[in-house]
Amino acid sequence: MYYRSLFPRDLFAELDRLQRELQQSVDPNPSIRGLTRGFPALNVGGTPKTVDIYAFAPGIDPATLDVQLVKGMLTIAGERKIDPVPEKATLHIDERFAGRFRRVVSLPDDADPNAIEAKYKDGVLHVRIQRKEEAQPRRITIQ
Amino acid sequence: MSENNAVAKASEPRRDEAALLPPTDVIEDAGGITLYADLAGVPKDKLSLQVEADTLTIEGEVALDLPEGMESSHAEVSLPRYRRVFTLSRELDPGKVSAEFNQGVLKLRIPKAEHAQPRRIEIQVA
Repeated sequence: MYYRSLFPRDLFAELDRLQRELQQSVDPNPSIRGLTRGFPALNVGGTPKTVDIYAFAPGIDPATLDVQLVKGMLTIAGERKIDPVPEKATLHIDERFAGRFRRVVSLPDDADPNAIEAKYKDGVLHVRIQRKEEAQPRRITIQ
Repeated sequence: MSENNAVAKASEPRRDEAALLPPTDVIEDAGGITLYADLAGVPKDKLSLQVEADTLTIEGEVALDLPEGMESSHAEVSLPRYRRVFTLSRELDPGKVSAEFNQGVLKLRIPKAEHAQPRRIEIQVA
């Protein structure tokens, strides 16, 4: 609401967002992290066996991406360099993110720090963390 | 690519579907316009570029490798498609558009038509 969204939408989606944000702004207990959005945009989801994090970071050399897991906090950091504007050229629209970035996600308690894999495809970093074996639901047979 | 474009042209554009606007940079130099657009999550075969008369349409469908039964708990990219439409000006040559698509970044080069290239006019001193 107070910041320009990284992924602006078309008019109808924008009206829908406005409605939701109005609802959120009348909520007496908003999130401590506010409504800000950063780069890369993150989607988080999970299955009973995994926690899946998708970071939308197009045009980055995966070797320069720094993904760290410390005490249940997953950090995705890096730098996005974009081609400089040549001399005697005019920049008409300037919306793409450039520069250093860092985003942190706190993982659920049952995430296993030893079973984590990261893939970069089509500009999306997908981090998959397995949930711990002991946290899996088990059926107990009744004697 | 050409096959996909043909299919995309045959079907009616789905204007009613909500879409994200991809962040874009547009740079103009003497020879033409260079456009960069961030379309993270779009594979090459799901990207569609159309130039019709003076309208440039960029569309892409997001295809993520989602595990079966995944439940989303937080989504900043909340729609599975991008769409953005630009109106080209007359001096641009839509027949010579070249495109590169690499790791979610689209780079389009639209050169200016021959007659619109800048020319330096000599001033005669009488």
